[in-house]
Amino acid sequence: MRRRQFLVLSAASVGGVLVYSLDRRASRLFAQDKATQPLKIPLRFFTEDEALIVAAATSRIFPSDESGPGAREAGVVIYIDRQLAGPYGRDRYRYTHGPFDENAPRDFGYQGKATPSETYREGLQGLQGFDQLSPEEQDNRLRQIEDTHFFAVLRQNTIEGMFCDPAHGGNVDMIGWQLVGFPGPHMSNYNDVDKHYGEAYRPKLVSLEQVLGRKIPVSEDEDRT
Amino acid sequence: MKTLPSTDVLIIGGGWTGLLMAKELGSRTPHSIVILERGGMRNPADYVLGMDELDYFIRLHMMQDPSRETVTVRHDANERSLPIRQFANFLPGSGVGGTGEHWGAQVPRFQPDCFQLYSRTVARYGEKRLPEDHSFQDFGVTYDEMEPYYAREERTLGVSGKAGNLRGKKIEGGNVHEGWRSEEYPNPPLKLPYFGSLMETTAKSLGYHPYPNPTAVNSQAYTNPDGVTRAACAYCGFCERLPCMIAAKAQPTNIFLPLVQKLKTVSLRTGTTVRRIVHDTAQGAGKARGVTYIDAAGEEVFQPADLVILASYTLSNNRLLMLSKAGEPYDPAAGKGTLGKNLTHQISFGTAQAFFEKPLNRFMGAGGAGMRFADLDGDVFDHSNLPFLRGGMFGAIMTGQAPIATFGALPRSIKARWGSAWKKAAMEYYDHVGVVAYSGEHVPYKSNYFDLDPIYKDSAGDPLLRMTINWRDNERKMVEFMTAKGVEVARAMGAKEINPFPGYQDYDVTRYQSTHIQGGTMMAPSPDRGVVNNYQQHWQIPNLFVLGASTFPNSASANPTPTILAFAYRTADAIVEKYLKKPGALA
Repeated sequence: MRRRQFLVLSAASVGGVLVYSLDRRASRLFAQDKATQPLKIPLRFFTEDEALIVAAATSRIFPSDESGPGAREAGVVIYIDRQLAGPYGRDRYRYTHGPFDENAPRDFGYQGKATPSETYREGLQGLQGFDQLSPEEQDNRLRQIEDTHFFAVLRQNTIEGMFCDPAHGGNVDMIGWQLVGFPGPHMSNYNDVDKHYGEAYRPKLVSLEQVLGRKIPVSEDEDRT
Repeated sequence: MKTLPSTDVLIIGGGWTGLLMAKELGSRTPHSIVILERGGMRNPADYVLGMDELDYFIRLHMMQDPSRETVTVRHDANERSLPIRQFANFLPGSGVGGTGEHWGAQVPRFQPDCFQLYSRTVARYGEKRLPEDHSFQDFGVTYDEMEPYYAREERTLGVSGKAGNLRGKKIEGGNVHEGWRSEEYPNPPLKLPYFGSLMETTAKSLGYHPYPNPTAVNSQAYTNPDGVTRAACAYCGFCERLPCMIAAKAQPTNIFLPLVQKLKTVSLRTGTTVRRIVHDTAQGAGKARGVTYIDAAGEEVFQPADLVILASYTLSNNRLLMLSKAGEPYDPAAGKGTLGKNLTHQISFGTAQAFFEKPLNRFMGAGGAGMRFADLDGDVFDHSNLPFLRGGMFGAIMTGQAPIATFGALPRSIKARWGSAWKKAAMEYYDHVGVVAYSGEHVPYKSNYFDLDPIYKDSAGDPLLRMTINWRDNERKMVEFMTAKGVEVARAMGAKEINPFPGYQDYDVTRYQSTHIQGGTMMAPSPDRGVVNNYQQHWQIPNLFVLGASTFPNSASANPTPTILAFAYRTADAIVEKYLKKPGALA
């Protein structure tokens, strides 16, 4: 059993509004109360150093900028941490018998042996100190690896963490859905599907847990109780 | 190995055809029936969880588990094969209901001449126009013979649509190019999302004949002839790749399972993996004895049966027959054998990814909700001066779109794939992207086929199925021609920017195409030309039937499920009315 690792952030670094409590539920922290206290986010897979690199890299992939919040506010690093600690990280969803071939043509998909968690461990080795770089230096560093399998996985997982149901730890407060006007799971659009032609129809956002009024089972918790 | 008490009928697979057959035989005969389903039981009360895009749409929780068994692919017989490690270009299902639980529910019938691909092509264009390396072959059953079975499956599923050809009378607003229909669709068309309405207006202005896409999604509450009542669609937009939580989409678990569960003669065993069909084929008089399977507790057992019905997906139909040595494996070099021959994969792609000024409200929709036109389908148009045969249907369909799968669709002029510029552009275009879709025929070739892989194995140690498949000139030129047509349509719909489809190079396992892999156990008029007769009865083993699109000698542009169900009904009738009265060869 590894020593318990936390991602420690100043409240300001996450916009001063986001905190993860020990029961792993994201919740709002009101800035005036605790903005000066550091936040301790429990990690399932990453070491703290790794988490800081992933938080920095995903926020260059999906930045917080004048067009709106990004990976940092959406909690993408927490989403990825949970995924890598769960069945996805262990490659539960892939055929993993050999022979493997890292150099197979792209139209056969990824044919290498590494699981997603191994891909991260190795990829992050090459990004040590990344979170200490300036944004421009970070972008240059990412450009050097943007054709690698690791970057492809990191980019895909960033999009997942931006837009997944909040039950998975990303898309906190449905921030990603707000960016694109996706309303989440609505049980019925019966009265609207053939109306609003050519006009944006944007019903109120809801998460699946809000719709159902109960927690939903998520795959990353499959082997947890 | 333990031997279980014998059953009269054994059905392998608890999906569309397996449950259809259990319902027909169980309600019309007194025989005992065992269904073996590899996956688990489905609980429709859990189906609301399909609205979790990550676990269901992205991680594919409804699909076959590739960590246990997948298939391998190579482009030609000289290439080494590689496994599909994660399903992407097609998505076979698992569990009770099978692929029918997460299907898209688009249910066009085959064009009549698809049943006579060889003879109709030769009659119109001559032998010299058949593509090099082709293996065109007629079904041996005509559309006219199949029409009553189509009408039956449409009534059972409650298909929503509008007829365009009632007993030969053409009707504006329906598909005027479809084969004749004996009756109108049981339900009116679905409501039309904005994107489909753009296609309707545009296609008409270009001289095409748009029609509401027929779909097995209820446009209104509907009670079918079996007394099954299902709700009207709510257009929640969580449909394709997912099961319907209110049973508005026809699925095996809401069409057949409730009836099967009431039958005391039927036993459904989930979590059971069939390993072999046990049979005697000495002296050419074959007889299936039953099957061996690994039960839910992990023990391998022998289940004897008088009649065996193989009703799994195309891949497992082929693989089980090959592993069981039930049929002569196809050898393309020697031109001998038939088991594995005529592998086809229905062509399907977006001719034009079109970016519009106005938002499309893409989150609202339903399986198949939209418009199609079939003016360039099959042999509706003259191919005398074209560099390809056959064709397909265009469509503008909104099934509902969720953001993980669709964020980041951008005009090719924007090169960024991450960072601020990418994020901003992807946000702006997010709800402004529509695809002018195309489904086309994949004609059969001698060197597109299935066999067993010599290297890769499943979790039980048996060889995986191997697909040897690649595109030829006919497909590449058809795709090029149809892409140009689709781009014209998208432009006329008012698209600001358009990404034309880049074209077919080699068969690609990473881009979703369609879950319509067909052939390998094809029907034929004689044992030297196919694995089963046109009652889907094994030529060498008359107490073994094979159901599903694996028995089709060629694909159509139409999605195969209605035709699969129509053939399953025809086979069920033949078993009840002829075979069970006098077991033996039906043809």
